[in-house]
Amino acid sequence: MATNFMEFQAPRLPANIPTRRLRVDRVQWFQTAESFRKSNARFLTLWGADDRDRDGGFRIYAAYLIPNTVMVVEHFIEDSASPSYPGIAGFYPAALRMQRAVADLLGISTDEADTRGWLRHGGWPESLFPLRRDVDGSQQYPVESAPYPFVPVEGDGVHEIAVGPVHAGTIEPGHFRFTVVGEKVLRLEERLGYTHKGVAKLFENSSQQNGHRLAARVSGDSAVAFSWAYCAALESLTQTVCPARAIILRALALEQERLANHLGDLGALGNDAGFAFGLTQFSRLKEELLRANIVAFGARYLMDYVVPGGVAFDMTPDARRLLLDLYDAMEPSVSQMRSIYDEHAGLQDRFREAGRLEQATAEKLGAIGLVARASGIACDLRVDHPWAPYDLLAPKLVVQTGGDVAARVQVRFDEILESLRLCRLFLSEPPKDAIRTSVPVATSGVLGVGLVEGWRGPVMIALETGPSGGIRRCHAHDPSWQNWPLIEYAILGNIVPDFPLINKSFNLSYSGQDG
Amino acid sequence: MWNTLSHMLQTGLLTEPLPAPQQTAPALKTLQKELLQILGRALCIRHVDAGSCNGCELEIQALNNPYYNLEGAGIKFVASPRHADLLLVTGPVSVNMEEALKRTYNAMPDPRFVVAVGDCGACGGVFGTSYASRGGVANIIPVNYIVMGCPPSPAAIISGILRTIRPADIGA
Repeated sequence: MATNFMEFQAPRLPANIPTRRLRVDRVQWFQTAESFRKSNARFLTLWGADDRDRDGGFRIYAAYLIPNTVMVVEHFIEDSASPSYPGIAGFYPAALRMQRAVADLLGISTDEADTRGWLRHGGWPESLFPLRRDVDGSQQYPVESAPYPFVPVEGDGVHEIAVGPVHAGTIEPGHFRFTVVGEKVLRLEERLGYTHKGVAKLFENSSQQNGHRLAARVSGDSAVAFSWAYCAALESLTQTVCPARAIILRALALEQERLANHLGDLGALGNDAGFAFGLTQFSRLKEELLRANIVAFGARYLMDYVVPGGVAFDMTPDARRLLLDLYDAMEPSVSQMRSIYDEHAGLQDRFREAGRLEQATAEKLGAIGLVARASGIACDLRVDHPWAPYDLLAPKLVVQTGGDVAARVQVRFDEILESLRLCRLFLSEPPKDAIRTSVPVATSGVLGVGLVEGWRGPVMIALETGPSGGIRRCHAHDPSWQNWPLIEYAILGNIVPDFPLINKSFNLSYSGQDG
Repeated sequence: MWNTLSHMLQTGLLTEPLPAPQQTAPALKTLQKELLQILGRALCIRHVDAGSCNGCELEIQALNNPYYNLEGAGIKFVASPRHADLLLVTGPVSVNMEEALKRTYNAMPDPRFVVAVGDCGACGGVFGTSYASRGGVANIIPVNYIVMGCPPSPAAIISGILRTIRPADIGA
C-alpha cells in the first residue's frame, strides 16, 4: 500500500516559509520517510522532545523540504519506559548521526545497527539523558573513560592515522581516523561532538526575548543566519510583522556574512594549495569588509545584530555610502583574483579532481547547501522557498557540476558576485521606517519554525514556546550535519596531504553540528 | 604571473603599527628586543579551541592578515604545543575537550603562558557551566591573562598577548 504523504492536507505551522505539520503513528513515521525519499524530497533535520510531563511520552520530529513546503513529521512515542522509533537512515543516511545524538540526549533509541554514542564522550553518566525534563542541566559530572570503537579495516599494508581533536592550526576540534595504504586514503571515519555545549538544554532556561543571543552562538560564523532563523520562528508564532527597513537590513547582514565567509575560504583554499598570495589578498578583502561592518552594523561579527522584531543598529547614510564604495572596490579585485586562480596551473592542479563528490552520491547522501550546489544539485532556499525580502528579488541560483574542490571554489566566486548584486539592490532604496518593532509574548505550547539559507546552507530553528515567555524546546539545526558524512566519501582515493584542502573546500562547522 | 605581480603592487603595504599595550607605543624593534630578553627567541603561539562557537577563531585567523601581520612582529603560530610559549584558548571548556586541553597544556615546555580569549574563555559566556561545559578556561588550567569580547577584535587579542609576555604591564 503506497500512501502519498505529499498529498496529505496537514495543518500549517507558524513559519517564515510555508510549513505544515503531519502527525503520524510508528508505521507511518517510517512510511513518510520512504515516500519522501521516493519523491526526492530533501531531508532537513531530526530532533526529539521529552513530553512526559504533558502527555506521558516522548516525541520525535523530522523535517523535509518538499516542493513549496516544509513538512514537519511528528511521531508521539507512548512507551516512556523504553522509548524507541524506527530509524530512517536507510532512506536518509544523514539522519543516522542525528538519531545517535537524540539517543545520547534523550535516551530514545532506534533499530539502527550503529548504537555508538555521538555527543556523549564520557562527560556525563551513560544512564543520564541531559535533555530530559527531570534532569538538572547545571549539574557537573567527572569525565569517565568511554572507548569509541572505530570501524576496523584490515589488510596487507593497511595502517591508521589518527588526527585530532586538537589540530595543527586555528580551527575547531574534531577527530579524523584515516585508514591508508601508502599515501592513499582507503577509508575515513569522523568522530565529532567535542564542542558539545548543551545548547538545547540552555534554550530551556532562556526567555523567548533572549533566545536569539544563544542561537547566534550555535555557530559563530553563521550568527546572522541562526539569529534570523530564531527571530523568524518567534515572529511567526506571535504574528509580528517586522518593519520593511529591518527586513532589508537583515538580508544585507546575511549577505555580508556570506561574503565574509566566502572571501575567507577562498584565501584559505589558495593557502592550503601552497599559494600564500591568495590568502594575503582575500584576507585583506575580508578585513576591509569586517571594518565596514563596524560602521554599518556596529560590530565586525554580527552576534547580536538580528533581534526579535527587527535589528539592533540602524544604518546611517554615510555607512550606506561606505558599503557601496566597498562593493565597488571589492568586485574588480575578486574578478581579478578569479582569473589569477583560474590561470594558475599549480593551483588548478591541486583543485581539480580533488575531493570529488559525484552528483549521484551527493543526491543519495542528502547533500545540502553550498556543497550540494557544487555537485550539480540545484537547491537554495532563497530561490526555492523564498521568504521576505528574497521573494521580490529573484536571486540567481548558482550551480556547478564538477563536485571537486575546483567546483566548490567556483561556487564561492559565483556567489560572491551574486551577493554583491543583491547587496547593491538592498542599498539602492532602503525603506525609511523603523528598524524594530515590539514582539509580544507567544502563547505557551506552540511550535514555530524559522528557516534561512545561511552561507553554508539551510539553517533551521524549531521553537516550541513555554509558559510566561519561556522556551519549552528549541532545536537549532546546522547544515553541517548533512555535509560532514560526505567528506568521508569525497576523500576516498585521494592522498592524505590533500585532506586539509578538501576539508577546507567544505568548511563545515564543528560547533554547529556538536550543539 | 604578471597579473599576480600587478595585483600585489596595486594592493601595496597595508600593515598597521601594533597597538600600544598602555599609552606608550611599542616600536617594533623594542618589542622584538623584549621578546628576545624574555624568551630568548620569537614568541610561538599554539591555539586550542576548547569548545568555542568558532567566532573567536575567525578573529585569531585575522591576526595574520596583512593589516595586523603578527608574524611580521616575530610572533608566530605553531603546529605543536611542544614548540609553543603561549597557549591561546578559546571557548568555554566543553567536558568533551577537557582532557585534550589538559594534555595540550602539559605538553608545553616551561616557561609557558596561557591567554583565555573571549567571554566564553573568561567565564563560559552564554554557555556558562553545565553538564556539557566547565565554563571559563581558568577552571581547568592556570590562566595568565583574559581577553574579553564576543568575539574580541584582533587588536584586543594582540594587546592581550603583549600584556601577557610583559608582566610589568599587567600591573600585578
